Amino acid sequence: MPALYTKPSPPSDDKRWKIVETRMRRMGDRPAALIEALHAAQEAFGYLDEGALHFVGDTLGVPHSRVYGVATFYSFFTLKPQGDHTCVVCTGTACYINGSKEILAGLERNLGVKPKQTTEDGKVSLLTARCLGACSLAPAVIIDGDVKGKVNVGDLVAQLEAM
Amino acid sequence: MSEQPVAARPIRRRIITEEVHEGPVRAHAYVCEAASCMSAQAHDITLRLGEAAAEAGLTDVVIKRVGCLGLCAAGPLVEIPETGQLFSAVTPDGTAPIVTALAAVKSTDERQPQGPFFEKQLRVATENMGRIDPESLEDYLGRGGYDALKKVLSDMTSSEVRDEIMRSGLRGRGGAGFPTGLKWTTVAKAEGKQKYVICNADEGDPGAFMDRSVLESDPYRILEGMAIAAFAVHATEGYIYCRAEYPLAVARLRTAIRNAQRAGYLGAGIADTSFNFDVQIRLGAGAFVCGEETALIASVEGKRGTPRPRPPYPAVEGLFDCPTLINNVETFASVPTILRKGAEWYSGIGIGKSKGTKVFALAGRIVNTGLVEVPMGMSLREIIYDIGGGIIDGRPFKAVQTGGPSGGCIPAEHLDMPVSYESLIELGSFMGSGGMIVMDDTSCMVDVAKYFMDFCRDESCGKCVPCRVGTTQLWMLLDQITRGQATMADLDQLERLAGIVRRMSLCGLGQGAPNPIFSTLRYFRDEYLAHIVDKVCPAGVCTIEQPAEVMA
Repeated sequence: MPALYTKPSPPSDDKRWKIVETRMRRMGDRPAALIEALHAAQEAFGYLDEGALHFVGDTLGVPHSRVYGVATFYSFFTLKPQGDHTCVVCTGTACYINGSKEILAGLERNLGVKPKQTTEDGKVSLLTARCLGACSLAPAVIIDGDVKGKVNVGDLVAQLEAM
Repeated sequence: MSEQPVAARPIRRRIITEEVHEGPVRAHAYVCEAASCMSAQAHDITLRLGEAAAEAGLTDVVIKRVGCLGLCAAGPLVEIPETGQLFSAVTPDGTAPIVTALAAVKSTDERQPQGPFFEKQLRVATENMGRIDPESLEDYLGRGGYDALKKVLSDMTSSEVRDEIMRSGLRGRGGAGFPTGLKWTTVAKAEGKQKYVICNADEGDPGAFMDRSVLESDPYRILEGMAIAAFAVHATEGYIYCRAEYPLAVARLRTAIRNAQRAGYLGAGIADTSFNFDVQIRLGAGAFVCGEETALIASVEGKRGTPRPRPPYPAVEGLFDCPTLINNVETFASVPTILRKGAEWYSGIGIGKSKGTKVFALAGRIVNTGLVEVPMGMSLREIIYDIGGGIIDGRPFKAVQTGGPSGGCIPAEHLDMPVSYESLIELGSFMGSGGMIVMDDTSCMVDVAKYFMDFCRDESCGKCVPCRVGTTQLWMLLDQITRGQATMADLDQLERLAGIVRRMSLCGLGQGAPNPIFSTLRYFRDEYLAHIVDKVCPAGVCTIEQPAEVMA
């Protein structure tokens, strides 16, 4: 006789898993809920570790290989923990022709980070985005969720260094 | 897929506007609270303006947050609709002039023209933008909202609705311009018990923000348009697939869905009829290719967003293998107005086979960055110079890029061409979703082509070889040219390979990827030659590596 199905338990007793479980249950724990579940886990924990991928896959009945495939396909998901602060530089066309290249170069010169890297002290993670849709504010960046427009490299570096 | 877009935090603040006014209202102040102005503290302006008006003893004025006023470059914007006065670049501490102006409004005042940026536009899909509180169902109803759905449900059959859309000449506003009525008919006639309607709000073209603004400024309109479509094609379930990079749009959509459900405009028995339709939101996760309809469907199903060959088209075999209607945000936004005002009215606007109006996002080196809606057939010159205010610092115009990474660059000699689906293709570009990025002499066209190729090679999903390998090879060739390391043979190779990628790729991403190369070669070949033969970048953008001297 095959073993009875038991619902997988979360990797830890962290309460944030409840949020992830609820989001999956609302969508009937079906495979189609995979991306929503990964969103929920990343919102709760900031990134997706292997434990999270396994748990989500087991709950929704999706093979781990496919969970990994989906999590790495979409650039929104990150498998690495982030720094205390994030700085997202928009590299959309409007920002590009208004100088986002210089901003990235300036940050690399002064903070020693390239896109997708975190400063050595773990303070700031630098990311890039395809387009924030804030083209009228070009060049634009997002610092910890707040959009800043018409950015000047010097001011940005000073602000990030002060964090 | 190396980049990592991270969403701004969702903004969840209490609705503070629209305090109930018992007495007559003499004047309003509309504060733009769309994403662009929000990032410049527009919400604080609303709060402070309310306080300041109260302090000044103004009891007969209403401070109201509205959606995008369109002129993003001058934001944050505040408008007094009674007089048409506009206040630009307002700060939370600088509300005094607005209070003074509010106090001076008389009931006899007439709305003054606001200049060519506003006067030359014709608003259909964006008719409520900047006029209503985006989250208020009452505001939407007050502007004729849901009249079209009620009319459809009470007086029309689903085939009459499809005919009306067909006769209006509306075509898909996502870029390719497929006739909307024809698509609806295909889905309606497809066999299947369960059918779906999907709104494509995965606006991925860099430099395009029309859909974001519509969603943030008038979310009920999308829900109404989707419900009408669902009735016309016999669907009962809908999805809005929205980018995760648009947290404000998602938050407002969620509120709108909740309010519409409560008021009986979504769910079971809509508007007291037997028609059922409900909508869910699905968040994208930063993959440009998901704007392609088969990839989008895979993503809604929780899979990697890779496209598949068509046919079968989604209209026959789409989401969960059921017939599925997919339209873009702007297409759905046009539907309620068309049904309210009639197909003849709509098809009377426009030029040739391109009927109606189109929303464009103006960005780049242009004075009036922002969102505009104009009749099809307006010339690029009118859009860029009359509405857009011309080039920043009065520099010379070089090109306007339309259609995103699948589009092309149009040079000055074609500025008088009327804009339509057909004319843009004739010029080697593409309507796309409606982003217009203006470039002046500080942009190098080879560098621009390289920028878009970098985008495409990064966003290629990797499923088919011509796109995955081809875009990378094309980028390497362009990189060599911009570094001054290429020969004329490389240029031939570039053209040949670009043709292969265009003809052989599986989906629109790969097929369109070489377009920026073709269009820049067509109009700016001399710039390519300058890099290759003379080893100089005329715009001074590219860093040419001088060959090391050979030791004799």
